[in-house]
Amino acid sequence: MRRGIRLLLAALLSAVPLAPAGAETLIAALSTHRIAIASNYTGDQLTVFGLVERDGRSVARGDPYAIVVTVRGPQRMLIVREKERVGPIWINRSQRRFPDRSVYLSVSTSRPINEILSEVAARRDRIGLANAQRSQAGFDFDFDLGRYREALIRILEGKQLYSLDERGVTFLSPALFSAPIKVPATAPTGPYEVEILLYSGGVVLARQTTNFEVVKTGIEQSLASAAHDRPFVYGLATAALALLFGWLATVIFRRD
Amino acid sequence: MQIYLPIAELPISIFLVLGLSGAVGFISGLFGVGGGFLLTPLLIFLDIPPAVAVATVAAQVAGSSMTGVLTYWRRNALDFKLGGILVGGGIVGTIMGVLFFNSMRRLGQLELVITLSYVTLFTCIGGLMLFDAVRAAMRDRAGKPVRLRREAGSHPAWMGLPLRMRFPRSQLYASVIPIAGLAVIIGFIGAVLGVGGGFMLVPALIYFFRIPPAVVVGTSLFQILVTMTGATVLHAVTNQSVDIILAMLLLVGGVIGAQFGGRAARNLNVSSFRLLLALLILSVGLRFAVELFLPPSEPYSVIVPEGVQR
Repeated sequence: MRRGIRLLLAALLSAVPLAPAGAETLIAALSTHRIAIASNYTGDQLTVFGLVERDGRSVARGDPYAIVVTVRGPQRMLIVREKERVGPIWINRSQRRFPDRSVYLSVSTSRPINEILSEVAARRDRIGLANAQRSQAGFDFDFDLGRYREALIRILEGKQLYSLDERGVTFLSPALFSAPIKVPATAPTGPYEVEILLYSGGVVLARQTTNFEVVKTGIEQSLASAAHDRPFVYGLATAALALLFGWLATVIFRRD
Repeated sequence: MQIYLPIAELPISIFLVLGLSGAVGFISGLFGVGGGFLLTPLLIFLDIPPAVAVATVAAQVAGSSMTGVLTYWRRNALDFKLGGILVGGGIVGTIMGVLFFNSMRRLGQLELVITLSYVTLFTCIGGLMLFDAVRAAMRDRAGKPVRLRREAGSHPAWMGLPLRMRFPRSQLYASVIPIAGLAVIIGFIGAVLGVGGGFMLVPALIYFFRIPPAVVVGTSLFQILVTMTGATVLHAVTNQSVDIILAMLLLVGGVIGAQFGGRAARNLNVSSFRLLLALLILSVGLRFAVELFLPPSEPYSVIVPEGVQR
């Protein structure tokens, strides 16, 4: 891990910045681009490193820099159901569908979000757990939708799939920062997109994106693909193994 | 110590799973029930996706009933003739149950049907059995003999229907029609609820046909063995939701537990056997009733629909 960080910093400092419109440029790198799931996998953590580069001509800003790192995981269709009372019993009555929702979402900032930018700007720039997946276009005519959206965020936060850390980004020097990203074991496999935004005085100065992926490896990968590609053989093998275990137990425990 | 489950897609503590499956295996061996009705809710409680829990438990139940079948067979406490008829009726019932299951899912009321049937079935069967067991125990204490075996000439009417067959091992001479009918009904309910049905079959054979409990348990395990082996393959082919690693862990705990359960069953007298099984079934029913009648602390739930995942 230590060696990895040193390598990364070296790579980072030698990276050529993309020519931006503004005075600041954002350079970012991840400690890894691939999280491998093996049989002892219990979640992982990676680190986002970034460097704010200023060209010589621009004057120093009055307001300090602030960084917002948003990680959006693979998207799935999610259904939120609500239990209601019908007579004496509680049953699921109404539901809302959320197509293409990230099952994983993490927002890390260097300061509390309301100190970095206004609520209107947060909505526009898609900052924060509630805004990160808001569709840009249109009105909601469904007035109940808000309740379901809040419940979705609350439940996934409880499962540590959604997280907000308003002290998650640390400035190591006035220009160099790092942010740890926790990936819990229940986070789905697939592509993860990392978006890093540089703010000062409530406006975006620079933006940078990168990504990583979570994949199964080794025996985990071969078992999962066998289950999907050869379901009949896989099923027969599991059933046969189950019966073998049952028979073995009687042999081992035979006393009478 | 944690191990990652490739199909359920989460890590789980090895010792927790071994402990749980060992305890359920003990109960399974003791009463001749598959134990699926206990293990499936426990696994779902541990955050394992319901489809994976149901399918994987089928494999575990197949394995642990294999142990039980071999043990009872060796002790001559297994009636293959009766078991064969139960398997045949069970297959017909299972097919009908799967068709009903799919039509309820299309109507969007599957979850309610499942919870309601769990509550009604378990509390009714458990309550009736408890009532009967307590009454038998009281009669026992009063010094009157417990009337377990049929008395000569006191056959219930359904045994006298046509197509009578002799089941020497079960000490039964009765019509095939009510036995096959019972198997069809239990197969139907089992398919809808995703359970083997042993918890219904065992009391039904004891109460309706007065078959000796020792033979009932072995024969019921035989029926469960056949249906659950088929169910494992079917789940793997249709949903790809059988987790082989989880199944192996459950099996190790389950077969060991079932061994001790099978031994304990021999030292248990009939009335305490009935009382314990009644309490067990009743408590599962009450557990589901609590969920249905008490206001939930979190009224919302988030689900990822099946089939949308890769």
